[in-house]
Amino acid sequence: MSKSRVASANPKQKGVLQPKPNPRWGREEETEFFAKKVKLFRQGKISEDDFRRFRLQHGAYGSRLHADYSMVRIKVPSGEITADQVDKIASMSEAFSIGSAHVSTRQNIQLHWVQLEDVSEVMRGLVEAGLTTREACGNTVRNVMCSHFAGVCPDEAFDATPYSMAVAKFFLRNPMCQNLPRKFKINFGCCEKHGLVKVADIGLVPAVKEINGEQVKGFRIYLGGGLGAASFIGHALEDFTPESRVLSTCMATVRLFDRHGNRENMARNRMRYLVHETGWEKFQKMALKERTAVEMTTSLATASNYDVDAQEDKRQLPKASGRMAKLPMFEQVAKDGPAYERWLHSNAVAQKQEGYFTVFITLGAGDITASQLRILASAIRELSAEGSARLTPQQNFAIRYVRGADLREFYDRLATAGLANPGALTIASAVGCSGTTSCNLAITNSHRLAKEVQRKFLELGLDTDDSLKDATVKISGCPNSCGQHEIATIGFFGGASRIGTSMSPTYTMLFGGSAGEQGELGRAVMRVPAKRVVDAILKIIESYRAERAVDETLHQWVVKVSKGQGTGGIKTLEDVKALLAPVVQLPPAEEDPDAYRDFGSDSKFTAKTARGECAA
Amino acid sequence: MRGLRKAAARPRAIARKKATKVVAKKKAPAKRVEKKSAGQFIQLPIICDADTLRTLIRKKAVRVVDVRRAEDYKAGHIPTAVSLPLARLLEDDSPERVVQLLQEFGVTEKMPVVIYDNTFGALAARVAWAFQYVGHSNTALLEMTFKQWKELGLEVEARSNSFKPTDHPLAINSEMYADAQYVEAAQSQQGKLLVDSRERLNFLTEHIPTARNIPYTMLGEGGNILRKSDELKRMIENRGIAPDSEIITYCGSVGTLSGLAYYALKLAGYNNVKLYPKSFKEWKSLGKPKDEFKEANYWDLSAE
Repeated sequence: MSKSRVASANPKQKGVLQPKPNPRWGREEETEFFAKKVKLFRQGKISEDDFRRFRLQHGAYGSRLHADYSMVRIKVPSGEITADQVDKIASMSEAFSIGSAHVSTRQNIQLHWVQLEDVSEVMRGLVEAGLTTREACGNTVRNVMCSHFAGVCPDEAFDATPYSMAVAKFFLRNPMCQNLPRKFKINFGCCEKHGLVKVADIGLVPAVKEINGEQVKGFRIYLGGGLGAASFIGHALEDFTPESRVLSTCMATVRLFDRHGNRENMARNRMRYLVHETGWEKFQKMALKERTAVEMTTSLATASNYDVDAQEDKRQLPKASGRMAKLPMFEQVAKDGPAYERWLHSNAVAQKQEGYFTVFITLGAGDITASQLRILASAIRELSAEGSARLTPQQNFAIRYVRGADLREFYDRLATAGLANPGALTIASAVGCSGTTSCNLAITNSHRLAKEVQRKFLELGLDTDDSLKDATVKISGCPNSCGQHEIATIGFFGGASRIGTSMSPTYTMLFGGSAGEQGELGRAVMRVPAKRVVDAILKIIESYRAERAVDETLHQWVVKVSKGQGTGGIKTLEDVKALLAPVVQLPPAEEDPDAYRDFGSDSKFTAKTARGECAA
Repeated sequence: MRGLRKAAARPRAIARKKATKVVAKKKAPAKRVEKKSAGQFIQLPIICDADTLRTLIRKKAVRVVDVRRAEDYKAGHIPTAVSLPLARLLEDDSPERVVQLLQEFGVTEKMPVVIYDNTFGALAARVAWAFQYVGHSNTALLEMTFKQWKELGLEVEARSNSFKPTDHPLAINSEMYADAQYVEAAQSQQGKLLVDSRERLNFLTEHIPTARNIPYTMLGEGGNILRKSDELKRMIENRGIAPDSEIITYCGSVGTLSGLAYYALKLAGYNNVKLYPKSFKEWKSLGKPKDEFKEANYWDLSAE
């Protein structure tokens, strides 16, 4: 497995020995078909609803209040993206989008405001690079996620990536999931800590179990989790699922959902509602029974479409010997200290492969320009021994297999492109969905707010404070959770409130959510006007610093308070409300009209939404 | 030309992809040029490839026009090129003045003129349009920018070139030109359409009502200022624009981006194209109506 991938080779060798083969997720004929359908739609020969379903099935999401434009969602299975693919996305974003691309919280890359007539051209370019937009939206199995640490995580049982890839390949274009009641999400983790396994329809964590004296690879599988207007934490299906039953377990779950899922009420048709309404014990029995049926009836031909071995990366990566086998430990980094040290402190982590590091690129709410993408691509090509990168649910890039001796060069290259911001693995790396920048459902500009949070936190040097490091801030522009606010230490989702006589963009703040296998959902605290969110978080941090127990991190403190177990002056969420009451207070609109406007807007706030595109 | 053959024999600096292209393309156009007897000029297509230009330079059968800034020209340019910074043309681009410039550069009526810039072809396109508008139809755009020319290791010289002034007739091609009044009328006329060639976010922010967006960013690819004609044709046909449509292009202020779009449309086989050189800047200053889209905060998606 991954450890044996590192062979002894010339330690001075940079970059990959051979690039990864083109994964061929895309198909040329689908691009032509799409172009044809657009023409028929424009000529009025296909109904709007039929076309919409077709469009979503092919990864084109309607843009905010403007049907002539699409958000093209590029599926990046397991979040793994090669240097060539990064280059291609740069070209596509420049030619047909707005000159920048956007990393989503589900390891997709999104191109916004693409004219509907150009979507097929984008698809054509992606096919060349082996990528697809097929089933990136719509009522299908969406992008299969995998922890960006899979393969390099010191705590993982084994690398889940080939399994994640094989599952993705199996379901892509598979007739069994072309018309599900609603979208379906599968997430792989690497260890207990990393990965969004408890907030997916199916979540899988690699594990090894001794069975009859043999070490058997397999997974701990969770079903029925998911984030949304009503969120649920997934249930453990059984203690251990051997790898031989991964496919049948996934197929059985998809089949159950397809058969029993609610096709009437769009607001309650994700599988988590089915699980909830059926009751877990009953659903669990149904799933295990269905699995047996699947195993008895699945033909060899079908099963052969699931090929983990073919997805294994069998390249031998050179051993990273030489200088800087270990990351220099900076006892203290300061915001005014050397920028490289500050960056290293919060953007690089050691891998289980000795001498190799995973390096993170801090993006603002996932935004990256075409020219930045090109510089990143060349850095990946030349300085990552695996020649590819992973997208992270924090909307950043993770570049793995960078040698310790190359870290400085890596940093310098990024710095020339404005890509060397610190804070990727800290509270400063705030997550924000697209919000009102492009989404029909959004009420607030969560995207810009996440950037504002990041800017302010980096300005204050909060990334250098290790006690804040494990805390997260995640922001959605509506209750639907694309910004994953419910698994944030401090989460926010957008809404509109009347304050006095004026409408104001406001966020509901949540406390104490977390990801991973022990993941919990955050609890709602109170509403905060958009223009007071940054102040509110800073006030919370101030209060934490005054009240914390020894060695207690911000995340731990927030979780404690969210459960009413605070020990100092702030014991419960009620205390938090009282603490923030003066902060969230807005002056009358006549005195400070700006306080009632949303970010990026110079006019009066109104909540305007249209039909969502999340469901086909 | 000085060192020209030598350079051609040593394509060391030529990028792999380009090298094969240069070799492959070399024969045909060169032969075509050679067939012509001395003193007779060839008629260039919209895009002039590098090899054709090099052959023409060698035969002293072309006027090359560099439209970059004067100091860039001084630092090095394509051999035999004259300097016409776009700003100089725009000081006064009345037809009489443009013909004067042609005469100043020693351009005769049928002489091929090849124009290049370092701005993805947009500045070159604007100058080419001005030349063709006043009657110099034998005007072409170099397929690449000066930066690419240099990267391929092709010939560069630093001396300033001047030529004996010539006579050049003035014959205005009014079918190439549109003014605000014409644009306004076209808005409601069947078979006529407006194309805005600015970037997407600028277009979304505001544009002339009824205009469609073909951003200049989608016109070129991989070092070529314009894509291949069949690709351009497909992209424009995707938009449901009929081949016999009359298309008026415009952009932000002086007709550069829309100049490039003008030639892209021509290359795609759309024959009835006009440029509105004074573009959106004039339209706004005249207080004419515009369409705005304020329902989304799309500028906040920009990573810059």
